[in-house]
Amino acid sequence: MKRLISALAISTALVTPALAQDTQVIGVSIPAATHGWAGGMNYFAQSAIDRLEETYPQLDFVLATAADPSRQVNDIEDMLATRNISALVVLPFESEPLTGPVQAVADAGVWVTVVDRGLSVEGIEDLYVAGDNPGFGRVSGEYMASQMPDGGDIVVLRGIPTTIDNERVAGFEEAIEGSGINVLGMEHGNWNRDTSFEVMQDFLSRHPQIDAVWASDDDMAIGVLAAIEAAGRDDVQFVLGGAGMKEMVQRVMDGDEMIPANVTYPPSMIATAIEVTALGVVSQTPVSGEFIIGSVLVTQDNAEEFYYPDSPF
Amino acid sequence: MTIAVTAPRKIKMSVIGPIVALVVLIIMGALMNPNFLSAGNISNVLSRSAFIGIIAVGMTFVITAGGLDLSVGSMAAFIAGLMILVMNTALPVMGIGIPIVLLGMAVALAAGLFAGMLNGVLITRLGMDAFIVTLGSMGIYRSLVTWLADGGTLSLDFSLRTFYQPVYYGGILGVSWPIIVFALVVIGGELLMRSTPFGRHCAAIGSNDQVARYSSVRVARVRMLTYVMLGILVGIATIMYVPRLGSASSATGLLWELEAIAAVIVGGTALKGGFGRVWGTVIGVLILTLIGNILNLTDLVSPYLNGAIQGAIIILAVVLQRGRKPGQ
Repeated sequence: MKRLISALAISTALVTPALAQDTQVIGVSIPAATHGWAGGMNYFAQSAIDRLEETYPQLDFVLATAADPSRQVNDIEDMLATRNISALVVLPFESEPLTGPVQAVADAGVWVTVVDRGLSVEGIEDLYVAGDNPGFGRVSGEYMASQMPDGGDIVVLRGIPTTIDNERVAGFEEAIEGSGINVLGMEHGNWNRDTSFEVMQDFLSRHPQIDAVWASDDDMAIGVLAAIEAAGRDDVQFVLGGAGMKEMVQRVMDGDEMIPANVTYPPSMIATAIEVTALGVVSQTPVSGEFIIGSVLVTQDNAEEFYYPDSPF
Repeated sequence: MTIAVTAPRKIKMSVIGPIVALVVLIIMGALMNPNFLSAGNISNVLSRSAFIGIIAVGMTFVITAGGLDLSVGSMAAFIAGLMILVMNTALPVMGIGIPIVLLGMAVALAAGLFAGMLNGVLITRLGMDAFIVTLGSMGIYRSLVTWLADGGTLSLDFSLRTFYQPVYYGGILGVSWPIIVFALVVIGGELLMRSTPFGRHCAAIGSNDQVARYSSVRVARVRMLTYVMLGILVGIATIMYVPRLGSASSATGLLWELEAIAAVIVGGTALKGGFGRVWGTVIGVLILTLIGNILNLTDLVSPYLNGAIQGAIIILAVVLQRGRKPGQ
């Protein structure tokens, strides 16, 4: 909300009558910073907007963060009705409820960029920017297989039961097939540190020998590490998280043996979407289509490239 | 336990209901996994029960006096965030040591007291409904912690966390601190509920606040005290919580309020007030924690169904208290 107000204040200041004719407005609608990844996404959205407003004086941005899908619908309706936007960048809270309102925006002749979560009807958006969930699982699985050439016993922590989580796990299972890696158990840690701490404690009580853990997320990896440390177990060789939280990338950079790698699912994809959309608005550069941001394996060699000290995530 | 002997039959069933559910769960757990009764697992389960348990003891008094507090989960998250911020800020000045941990604890207790008092004042002095007041403060604290953390996670300085860690992981004679504190809070709560005018006043207000008022019970003051006490207990729970992972985010303490309320009700306290049982609440908390523990230790059901099993056992534990034999 703070950001929304400041964004509005900046834009009102800019839309003076003299400028108004030439100014084009880009609306950005994203979920509020309710968890770490979304917090990072908010940070990258804001910093992309700050940079673009400086680079292109003829562009004006409206940033709205919504705490739930219905508020996001209101935001988008307001942008279309009162701000006369020429492009909309939207990361839908949920696919279903946002499909209709975004369709209405597209029908009004506004450029639509959809980020990360697709709409339930195809062909509405002009540009689709997203991370690669099956790829996230595959890269993680391939890394585990490469680190455990003789196979071994692992446990897996899953996220909140969603399509995203299912796609990641399916990609992971495909990648470790035939590698000799045996999955002792999978439980939902809900992308939450506390839940993962407890789930990992129980995994440790249940299995006397665990060679490695696929925590599949950095928040969950933190809970897992604390549980292993508290139990004083030294059979677990490493924990693979994911998403590229700065504290974890730091540990990869420092050569921490328990955290040898990370797999990205960058919240900065919102910045890609805003930048490319702005490019399409200010120039004739063709930008329609799909932009899938691959999940990259981060190891000690390249960790520095993925470390963003100013980001909250 | 004297009630069990002297009271009529109906109450008897309500007394043994939750105990039966707990015993059945323990037997099931022991049969399904040999590690279930290992010292390590028991210690894990009791330690992780402590947060909800300490809060649920306070909630027992609030509910007994006919109130409700939905804000405890986000209050805990906010206090944890505040504590981490204060300790990190004070670190360059105070250095690592016992004083800075005591400062953090004092901040947690003061914030809990203040937050509880705020709920209490709005409910008792302004006569607002407890549900609405605490629903409002739940949203406020949840947003405040998100704002303090700038949408991310607040983390305690690493070396400070290492120093503070024994408060969760350490203990006396193998019994960890959260378990000790939980036990002390329960004993204190049980004595307060059973043997003091305050406990009886809570029950009187919960069953009929008009009659209590005519019987010269200071209704507003007692209600106020229940919320303040709950706030302080949330502070104590947070003191135990922060050293565990050394971080707070908007996901901290999510749904703790519902778990605490469920534990209180499973334990036999009446949701509409008038009757409260602190030791029952402890059984309620243990039942809720054990379900999750057993489901993690076995492969019986798909993890997608964990919530359904939990729901079913909560309902079953309450059904057992109705004083009817199965099939009747």
